[in-house]
Amino acid sequence: MSTYATGDVVAASCRGHPVEGIYITDRDGMAVLKLKSGYNIGVDQETCTLVRRAGDQPAPAVPTVVQDETLPELAIISTGGTIASKIDYRTGAVTSQFTADDILRAVPGLTTVARYRAEMLATILSENMTPSTWQALARAVHAAVTNGAEGVIVTHGTDTMSYSASALSFMLDTPAPVVFVGSQRSADRPSSDNVMNAMCAAAAARSDLGEVAVAMHATTNDDLCAVHRGTRVRKMHTSRRDAFQSHEMAPVATVAYPSLAVDLSPEAVRRGAVEPALHADLEERCGLLYSYPGMPEEAVRVYEEFKGLVIAGTGLGHVSSECIEALREMIDAGTTVVMTSQCLHGRVCDRVYDTGRDLLAAGVVEGEDMLPETALTKLMWVLGNTADREEGRRLMATDLKGEIRRRSDYGF
Amino acid sequence: MDFKALGLKAGIEIHQQLDTAEKLFCHCPTTLRETEEHTGEFFRYLHATVSEMGEVDRAAAEEMMNRRQFHYLTYDTTCLVENDEEPPAPMNPEALEIALQVARTFEMHPVEQVHTMRKLVIDGSNTSGFQRTAMVAMGGVLPGDGEVETLCLEEEAAQRVEGSTFSLDRLGIPLVEITTSPCMHTPEAVQETAEYIGMVLRSTGKVKRGLGTIRQDVNISIKDGARVEIKGVQDLALIAEVVRREVTRQVNLLAIRDELRVRNASVGEETHDVTALFAETKSSILKRAKSILAVVLPGFAGLVGREVQPGRRLGTEISDYVKKCGLGGIFHTDELPAYGVTAEEVAALRAHLGVADEDAVILISGSKEKAACGAKQVRHRARLALEGVPEETRKMLDEGNTAYMRPLPGAARMYPETDVLPVTITGEHWAAVRVPELLSDLARRMEDELELDPAVARQAAYSEHLPLFRAAVQAGIKPNLAARTVLGTLKELSRDGVAVETIADQDVLNVLAAVEKGEVAKEAVPDLLTEVAGGKTAAEAVADHAGGVSAEELAAIVEKIVAERIKFVQEKQMRALGPLMGVVMKEVRGKVDGKIVSEALRAEISRVI
Repeated sequence: MSTYATGDVVAASCRGHPVEGIYITDRDGMAVLKLKSGYNIGVDQETCTLVRRAGDQPAPAVPTVVQDETLPELAIISTGGTIASKIDYRTGAVTSQFTADDILRAVPGLTTVARYRAEMLATILSENMTPSTWQALARAVHAAVTNGAEGVIVTHGTDTMSYSASALSFMLDTPAPVVFVGSQRSADRPSSDNVMNAMCAAAAARSDLGEVAVAMHATTNDDLCAVHRGTRVRKMHTSRRDAFQSHEMAPVATVAYPSLAVDLSPEAVRRGAVEPALHADLEERCGLLYSYPGMPEEAVRVYEEFKGLVIAGTGLGHVSSECIEALREMIDAGTTVVMTSQCLHGRVCDRVYDTGRDLLAAGVVEGEDMLPETALTKLMWVLGNTADREEGRRLMATDLKGEIRRRSDYGF
Repeated sequence: MDFKALGLKAGIEIHQQLDTAEKLFCHCPTTLRETEEHTGEFFRYLHATVSEMGEVDRAAAEEMMNRRQFHYLTYDTTCLVENDEEPPAPMNPEALEIALQVARTFEMHPVEQVHTMRKLVIDGSNTSGFQRTAMVAMGGVLPGDGEVETLCLEEEAAQRVEGSTFSLDRLGIPLVEITTSPCMHTPEAVQETAEYIGMVLRSTGKVKRGLGTIRQDVNISIKDGARVEIKGVQDLALIAEVVRREVTRQVNLLAIRDELRVRNASVGEETHDVTALFAETKSSILKRAKSILAVVLPGFAGLVGREVQPGRRLGTEISDYVKKCGLGGIFHTDELPAYGVTAEEVAALRAHLGVADEDAVILISGSKEKAACGAKQVRHRARLALEGVPEETRKMLDEGNTAYMRPLPGAARMYPETDVLPVTITGEHWAAVRVPELLSDLARRMEDELELDPAVARQAAYSEHLPLFRAAVQAGIKPNLAARTVLGTLKELSRDGVAVETIADQDVLNVLAAVEKGEVAKEAVPDLLTEVAGGKTAAEAVADHAGGVSAEELAAIVEKIVAERIKFVQEKQMRALGPLMGVVMKEVRGKVDGKIVSEALRAEISRVI
């Protein structure tokens, strides 16, 4: 614990050279000072002496957000993530501690698209999301839609945004667009994709779309956002702006930037197609197992107590023959097991090879062309909403929210 | 000018590219490319952001007045880090080591824990909107009583191809930035200091050479003036002139200020729309404009047109501010009638606005939005004229004049680069840093050890081909032959259009080795290198010239040539030796040493005269 507070003016020695600066924080045993030039340096704490205390710094004036009351109303529900991040100068790390109002300040252009009611549901990094957060989010979105919001924008960390979007797709029937948005490059940099993504998300949330979707950069250029169906989207790159890709289908919409012209695909579910409904129950005891050569059967048995298990199998949907007996016993004991493919592209078919036929015989459900992550959130939702095992198996193999396609189109 | 009396204070910042294998925060090579080699292109917008102190930097704010789309060219030698599509790699240790070597040479104090910062730069030259920079050392000494304030390690920006298009090959090349205190008081001292620092940097042997690899920024102020930073002085020889002209500018701006105060001048608060007045104008610029606005400057008449630097007036300074709005410039009454604006129009303008003879009027024309922005900038710069010299960042123009770029940035443009972890420089590390031998010392040493002429030794030491010269001497080539070839012959061949850049160092060494072994004469070196540049291997070229000419053959050749020119020889006597040398040398095609040819020729001429 340092004797200095952030903002104190401190004199110190940089290997014998006298320096003076504003104390920022301790880092790896050194005192970090901000010099007059704006540079930070780490100095030996022992050499620090107090020049003067920071005193009470007036907080920087926060501009008030002025909304245009003549515009349609959208709800912004913020959960955290990079799009709503600020630097924590104590740790130097980027943290999510932004309110939805802060987003309107960070992206002033938003107020020209709509007026907003803002709700801060969480300020967490998306790796810390849980099914219970999805449930709280689904309730908040449903409330916003039933209370008259034209559309909903959900700000979210990109790492697990597609899990949340697919989970909400199953939990909600929505007549209005529910648009998830995030950013790949932090909001504190002039090149952040947060401005364009947020503007495009707002345009999509005002559009004729009527489903849960994800709006992010379509390319590395600042020219177009793609709007992806929540059940068929995946983060395909760790850092690029255009990391999110629609899977085996075209995006349901594109939004041009800076014109904000929205172009819906023929496949997009239109606004008002369904009545709002909320089915927020989930069975959290579900797992996702990535199979690999030599995977021992203990790896499968870890999930014995689970209600559901999705396997990202190899190729057409396989695990090594050695694991099949363990799967059979689990299924017999009541676990629902769904097979998807780690190929990501293409459809599972367990009728081609012996292993596949053995898996089917053991009671594994073919997950068709579902993404493994979508199959997981769907399994949680299905098992949360039906106690009947056969009904559960039937629902897993049935398209509910665009997660399964009857035909494998050529060209995706 | 008496610079001491004027209270000139000048400091410099030197930016030098380092010749590292990889860039500062990614693993791309530090190779510059031709733009036609680009393999991809993308475009982005940049947005001003709030600093950690909760303010928007004034320089960044001004840059944002005119939002532009920036285009970037990518290459197969650039990666996602340059595209701002991937977090940076840890700081390149090779670059840090070179920076520490330089710091040691200046007897600086290294920072114990180096923190990489982001410096906001939103002119498009950085895809991220900031430049990564880290302070590595502080407090060093210069010859005389000068002082080095800081040494920073930072990444080079992308170079502008044209307009808003930038090339990413240069982005991220490591730079050291050396900043002196304002310890210089004459233009010459600034130039000498810049030369000395440049020499120290080159002493590491790890800096890039050639045009654009080193840039000087000069900070200048005089008593009652203001600190002005002049960016991008590439030509060392111009530094002193830049300083002289900036001092002139500040002296003139202060004189204008004093005159304005005597006249009780002011800046009109109102912007007048005078578009209708020029409905029938013959001025092509005004005819095109959607909106023509006027700002009245009471008491400014005659001073807007007053020169502050050769060919630049206060009006030019105002015009530079207006250009920030995306406009081409202004008209002012001190220069009218001109540019198609008639005396009648000026009189009508003055009458319409009801201004007196001692008042100046500035006209701003363009789109509604841009003209309004321009009028605001006119008032802003005119108010600054009442204060004297504004603090500015300026860019160098030809011949040493300067033009306004942006306000001096504040500390608000710096915030931590959270994606790069701090680097600790331990005491052991610092103690182990090798101090390079200064080139000035090396020149003296080569003079003694290699018995070179002082000028040649200095030329060799300071040459970018020093490594090749040293390799040649190391390989047993006579220093004078090595120096003549490396410092002279190659340059001459290049001037004659030979593609010397295609000649590998090893080829040069092989050719010189053949000379040392007596396989070919040293006179053959230019021919040999020309043939190597033409695609032969050194061995092939040497073989074509080797084989020698026996003493009998040489005697016969000499006899024949003298006989053919006997009249000339009899007329010129021994003075014919020089002109005939070339003829014989051509005949023997560099297979005989010039000294032997000269002796044979002398003997033959003696025989016939």
